[in-house]
Formats: sequence, structure tokens, C-alpha cells
Amino acid sequence: MEIVQGITVAPGVAIAHAVVLDAEEYRIPYRQVDPAERERELQLLHNALEASITELKEQKETVAAQLGHDAADVFNWHIGVLRDPAIRRSIEQLIRERHHSAAYAVSFVMRSHQRRFMQMSDPLLSERIRDVRDIERRLVRHVLGESREDLAHLTKEVILVAHDLSPSQTARLSGTRAVGIVLDVGGSTSHTAILLRSLGRPSVIGVKDVSTRVSGGDLVIVDGTNQLVIINPDEPTLEQYRAQKLDYGRLMVELESLRDLEPVTRDGVRIYLYGNIEFPGEAKASLMYGADGVGLYRTEFLFLRGEGEPGEEEQYRAYVSALTGAQGKPVTIRTFDLGADKYTQEKHYEQERNPMLGLRSIRYSLQHLDMFKTQLRAILRASVHGPVRLMFPLIISLMEFRQAKMTLHDAMEDLQDEGIPFAKDIAVGMMMETPAAAIQCREFAREVGFMSIGTNDMIQYVLAVDRGNERVNRFYTPGHPAVVRLLRDVIRTCNREGVDCSLCGEMAGEPLYTLLLLGLGLRSFSMAPRNVPEIKKLVRLATISQAERVARKAMTFETERQVINFLRDATKKMVPGDPIY
Amino acid sequence: MVSQDEQTAIREVTITNAHGLHLRPVMKFVDVASRYVADIRVDKGAGTTPADGKSPMALMVLEAPKGTVLRILATGTDAVQTVEALAALIQTKFDEE
Repeated sequence: MEIVQGITVAPGVAIAHAVVLDAEEYRIPYRQVDPAERERELQLLHNALEASITELKEQKETVAAQLGHDAADVFNWHIGVLRDPAIRRSIEQLIRERHHSAAYAVSFVMRSHQRRFMQMSDPLLSERIRDVRDIERRLVRHVLGESREDLAHLTKEVILVAHDLSPSQTARLSGTRAVGIVLDVGGSTSHTAILLRSLGRPSVIGVKDVSTRVSGGDLVIVDGTNQLVIINPDEPTLEQYRAQKLDYGRLMVELESLRDLEPVTRDGVRIYLYGNIEFPGEAKASLMYGADGVGLYRTEFLFLRGEGEPGEEEQYRAYVSALTGAQGKPVTIRTFDLGADKYTQEKHYEQERNPMLGLRSIRYSLQHLDMFKTQLRAILRASVHGPVRLMFPLIISLMEFRQAKMTLHDAMEDLQDEGIPFAKDIAVGMMMETPAAAIQCREFAREVGFMSIGTNDMIQYVLAVDRGNERVNRFYTPGHPAVVRLLRDVIRTCNREGVDCSLCGEMAGEPLYTLLLLGLGLRSFSMAPRNVPEIKKLVRLATISQAERVARKAMTFETERQVINFLRDATKKMVPGDPIY
Repeated sequence: MVSQDEQTAIREVTITNAHGLHLRPVMKFVDVASRYVADIRVDKGAGTTPADGKSPMALMVLEAPKGTVLRILATGTDAVQTVEALAALIQTKFDEE
């Protein structure tokens, strides 16, 4: 049994056999075979070795002819490894003595060799990991022959293990029977992480080299609540998790029953809980979880289908679909928050040295007015189908906000001239996510129609930490006293100026901070839809006076650890015995 | 059991080529080693884990950069020729430089 640690992206427990996904998206169908099948597996192995060597010789010839003999050297090594008698013996031994399938045995042996290379300091040597992975893939491909399967054809529930998943691969998971996901890489707020969170199946990422420790067919437990991945658990551990899974299931049912209840505090204050969505379909899901509407529609996900800039019609259809799904409840659409990612970086000859602080988001839109106006037109046209609010991201100055509004007015004039209807009184607001905007909060409060605090980015800027960098993301925490103080000031200013203020960062969906935020004066939260029931439960158990006491006390602490410990205790007192805390 | 014709031979050689025991040297080593029937073990001194001298994987994992002193042990009827040939190969920097 092996236990490895990662970062949770979606909580819960999943128990199933692993499918290890690689670039070729195949999986190993069986781990064990009947003893009577062993001779056949050995034959499969020998045939696959011969076929692989032949294939490599051909590729070597081609490469040598095109690039010279030096380039072909690496193929010699691959061939040498396939001919290596010790390796062949160890694979055969697994088949003979442990009744493993040929594919599994190959995978197991190759991955143990990969791990040895991973421990090496010489970078040239550690590159050999890729070679060993390549050899493994080639050999398994020949062993499996025609019987390769892909995720869409799974007949049983599985845990998906991979080095990484692209956002589009992640998006496709909802149609599959992958009940849990484990990844080597990943900071907890990358696009893939956001999608995994929406998907809702227990997911743990940032587990370093887990994809080399797991072979297809291994039994795996994903413990999303404790950020653990357990490979080939022993009986007692398996029993324990089966029991835990039942408990969690019961909790989820309880939370669902909260759906139709209003999020009102015990002393009668109505709180508003909204959903953050990336796809139009999620608007309906938000309502299913009991949200009051959509607090943040991240439109940049329209770019993720990988076909370049979405046109006006495509956008219009997406926005209308979201509004329809929201069934008359408000939807706040945020203009493209692109940048520091593939789409904008690929458009320039020189990659930016610091994309996070570069030409992204609203700056990018204001430099690409055609694209910006297209989006604004689409949003305006959609606004006749339901209550829409328009929001600009990453605002740092009044000038910028005014420029964006002017472009909006241009788009409105165009539509008017064309005789196309739109909501003339559409509310226009901003994301409060930069220190500059926070410091000038009062001026902004007098300028904008509403604000939404984007703690994901705000905290990064305030603490100077990259949330996607595994080496430092432990410094990223909403519980830092500087963050708490900043939030207090922003929320207080908005309340004084009478401007609608909500919070749409991940912090809004974290139960640990609910009391604090309520106590600081926040009345509007937007979060991943599946977190709504949990937050609603807390809201209904709290009183504002209690929350204010908690917030006042939290503000007296000097360190984030004190803040977090205090909040954890305060929250636990309200919901004793809940497995989530 | 060591038969009458079985020899054992040991040589110590220092790796002197710039990139040490990387891809091409490993394959050259294996090429030469495979011509002999002797069983060949390569290690970095007494007490260190030996690698099979005819295994490209084992030799790659050995991690022998420039300056490493390798010990070559051969057991078999042609043990002496084996270590001589392998030592010569290493001493000529695998014909690289």
C-alpha cells in the first residue's frame, strides 16, 4: 500500500481501479490473468518485443537518413533496452509468478525504472525518463494490439490517473465513468482545476510522480477531503474508506434538501448566494444547487474549445443559453479575462516575460477593440432574454473603466442604428481584484454600478505569490491578516457608498471563511455551484452579531495561522461532527 | 562452483570523457561486453550496487560522470580478455574525443 499527498481540488472519496492516461490515451485492461493464460501472455510479450525492435530499427533508418547517425543514437539505446535480458526476465517473472498480464507487467517494470531516473541529479540522465516512458508506450501498444480502449468506452467506474489533463480533456470527463481524478501537476486554481471542481468528482492534483507509481488496474482511493491518494490499500484501510464514503454520501443528500430553503441568518438577514460558471449549461446547475443566480460567468472558457476567437453569433448563443438556464434569475457576465495563457501568448512573436502582469484581461480587450466590441454586442443582444449585469475584469484605474464603458456605449450606438434591441439600463460593474483598485475603492464605488471582489487574483497580488506554483502556493491564503484587513476596508467602503458588493473568488465557497465574510459586512457570495448548499447551511446557522464578533476577533491576530485556527474553531462550534470540517 | 577454466578478473578504470557514461558510451560498452561470454558486473567501488555490464538500462542508471572510478568484474572463461577490452574502451574515451 502506498499513500501519497497532493492538493485537493474537489472533496469526497472515490474508490475504483485506476486507468493511467497518457498522451496516447490508452489504458491497460487487465492486471491479473488466469494462470492458464500465462503462456499466452508470455507469447504476447515476446511478439511485442520483436515488433517493437523491428519498428525501432525502421525509425532509426529514417532518422539516420534525414538527420545523421548521431540523432539515431537514442534509438540504439531503446533497442538495447528492449533486448536487455534482465528487463525481459523481470517482466516474465511478473507474468509467471504473479499472474500479471503482459501489459501490466511491462508497465510496472518500466515505471520502476522511470522512478530511478527521476531521482537523479544529472539533467541529461533524467531526460531518459521520457525515453523509458516512450519504450513502455511502444511495448504496451504492441502487446495490446487492436484491443486499445479509450475513456469513452469504459464499462466500469475508474479512477483516472495522469501526468496532466488539458482543459478540453477535463471537459470531456463528464461523459465518462471516471469517478475520481489524480494528477501529477497542477496548482489549485488553474483552468483544469476549476473544471475539475465543477465536475465535482473527488480530485487530488499536484501529486508529483503519482502517474509512475500507479499502473492501470491498481486499486486506488482518492481521499479528496484529506488530500491523499492511496494505491493498493490494505483491507483495514479499504474498510475505513468504504465507511467514510457512506457518511459523505449521506451528507450530500442532506445538503441537497437545503436547496429550496432561503439563505437567511438566524437573525433574519437575507444573504445572496450565486454560482460561478464556465459553461452556459452550468447556469441551470447553479439553480439546482439552490443558488440565487449566476454571480460570475467566466466567458474566456469559450476560447477553450481551441478554435480561436469565438464569433458574435456563437457568443450570443452561449449567453442566451446561460440566461435561459438561469430562468429569470440574474446573471453577471464578465468580459474575457484572457491572458497569461496559450491564446494570448501564441498571438505574439515574443512571449511576455511576466504574463500575469502583462497584456491580459481588460487591457487585452482594450487593445483589441474589434474583439471587445464583438463580445459587448453579443452580451447586449442577449440582455433582452433575462437580467444581465456586465462586469469588467482586472480594473486598475478609473480611466480604464471609463474607456471600457465608452466602448460599451459605442457598441450600444451601433446596435441602436441597426435596430437591434438590448437592455439600455444594463448594470455595468467591475472586478475588484487589484491593490490599486482596493486602495481607490471609494472613487470606484462612486463610479461603478457594482463590484465583485476577485480574491483569487487579489490575494496573489497582495501577497506577491503565484497560486499556480507548487513551490510557493502554500503562502497563498485568504486568512492572511493583510487580506482580511483589505477585505474589511473594501466591503465597508462599498456598504457606506451604497454599492452592491459581492465576492466571487474561491474564498466565497470555503466554509472556513463564511463567518468572517459575513462579519465584515459581505451579503453576497458567488462560488462553484456545488458549494452553495454547504455555505447556505452555515448562513442559516449563523447570526450577524455572532459573525461580527468573529470578524472583530479575527482582525486582532498578527499571523495567518492564528487567523485560520481561530476561524476553524469558530466554524466547528457551529457544526460539530460534520465530516467536512 | 568455479570450474577449472573459469577465471575472475577485476580492473579499475577512471571515466575521463567529458559527458561521462551517457548514451553512446553506454551502447559502445554494451556492444563490446556482449562479445564475451563472461558475466560482467560494473560498480563504483566495494559496497556499491553493481550493474550488469550487458544491460543498457543498468549502465545508464549507474550514473558515472567524468571522474568516476569504475570497477569492472568479469567471471567466465574469457574474463581476462573481457576486462582488458572494456578497460581499453574506457581509456580511449570511447573513441569520442
